[in-house]
Amino acid sequence: MKKRVIIIGAGHGGVQAASTLREDGFEGEIIMISDESDAPYQKPPLSKGYLQGKQSAQAILFRSANYYNDNSIDLQLGVRVNAIHSKENQIELSDGSKLDYDYLIIATGACNRKLHFNGKKAEKVYYLRNFSDAKVIEEKLDPAKHIIIVGGGFIGLELAALAIEKGKKVTVIETEDRLMKRVLPEALSKVFYDTHKEKGIEMLLGVSVVDIIDGKMVTLNNGTILKADLVLAGIGVIVETELTENSGITIDNGIVVNSFQQTNVANVYAIGDCANHYNPFAKKNLRLESVQNAVDQAKVAAAHILGTPFEYNAVPWFWTNQYHLKLQMAGISFGFEEAIIRQSPQPERFSVYYFNDGKLIAVDSLNRPADHLNARKLLTAGISPTKEQVQNFDFKLNELLTD
Amino acid sequence: MPKVIYIETEGKKHEVDLPLGATFMEGAVQNDVKGIVAECGGSCMCATCHVYVDDAFLELLPEMEEEEDEMLEGATAERTPNSRLGCQVRASKKLDGIILRVPGEQ
Repeated sequence: MKKRVIIIGAGHGGVQAASTLREDGFEGEIIMISDESDAPYQKPPLSKGYLQGKQSAQAILFRSANYYNDNSIDLQLGVRVNAIHSKENQIELSDGSKLDYDYLIIATGACNRKLHFNGKKAEKVYYLRNFSDAKVIEEKLDPAKHIIIVGGGFIGLELAALAIEKGKKVTVIETEDRLMKRVLPEALSKVFYDTHKEKGIEMLLGVSVVDIIDGKMVTLNNGTILKADLVLAGIGVIVETELTENSGITIDNGIVVNSFQQTNVANVYAIGDCANHYNPFAKKNLRLESVQNAVDQAKVAAAHILGTPFEYNAVPWFWTNQYHLKLQMAGISFGFEEAIIRQSPQPERFSVYYFNDGKLIAVDSLNRPADHLNARKLLTAGISPTKEQVQNFDFKLNELLTD
Repeated sequence: MPKVIYIETEGKKHEVDLPLGATFMEGAVQNDVKGIVAECGGSCMCATCHVYVDDAFLELLPEMEEEEDEMLEGATAERTPNSRLGCQVRASKKLDGIILRVPGEQ
């Protein structure tokens, strides 16, 4: 009997799982189900190249139109999975039909946290997650003159950067006292803040929104009322648990998995944004919302199904692009004891090296792509440079990597 | 449309016509060329679309930006004088018929 793998979700994780299974010799059936109607596409370019108008819809697709057919991957678009019955090894689709599986991979991602005021969801506020969201924002951006963006994180700031480059008036509202505070040290927040200000963005930090009326009138907690033609928000994500409720699968801040991406049900895997896993680089359980995490966990789940298991142990990495600023992060800097800056001769090109117990745990690189790639290699190999080596710009850190 | 020839590590050849201005990375991904990973989707962030350009076309390539140069230093497969990142070079009339070899690792 041929085995059947069902993959729910066709984002970075789902597509990688399907293609790794095929490339590495899985001969059974692969069914990939997506509730979106668009052919599988890459998400990072949505808030960058696509909305900037530099990358077409075609250019952000993962694969050719024929790929799925050619590789016997049964891609079902526009289909929602309503329930998982893990005891029966069965899922239930939105049309009421049921499908049996031998292995199930849940790659459903996360969804945007929405603004609520006085217990009600704010109307006419737009969020970016999927291609369909990007198309809506593209259409709304065009006629808008003044845009308010709630949230000074990656997505909010990438949207702010592309909006001001389109000649819009842009206001960013952030509750914290500096930008991207959750993930960045002060020195880096400052570079981004200064750049956004120089480009003409109005930055309101340390204030929060208490009401938005009709997607046009924004009231702040200090009493200020702002008017705009368009309100966008990027205030983080949540994992929807509806699908896994009563499924027998353990949920706790996402779907709980072991180092092979298995849930408490051995033939059900979860990967990507929705998977709460123990991360050896963070030394704790967490969910990571990144391409790297989705892709690498997909490979782990696929290998386990193929009978060639290996544990998830990949260095986390992330990036954001805003104007000429390219920020790349390797490792998890959370809870660091010491941060050392490796400064190049140019002010906007430097990296921050984070240490705990004298050991390198993470590196953030601003316009220093080589530092970033080296950092990933150092962290993977568990090699720490000394603080003196980091500070000495003439010392080549890649020399520590001996093959 | 300019023609591009991709040669996978195991020798499989893909002859494809790319629209003018499409990057070699996009062309590879959309034509299912194995070994071009392109994790970052063309932002010059990950150095996983590394290709070796055939000698005959080296002179015709646009000059490399500093960023690409640095990324190639960190690429997984060995960097040679023929190395470029597929996301940073675009199909053009001048490069019609170009041959790109995919390294064994990205």
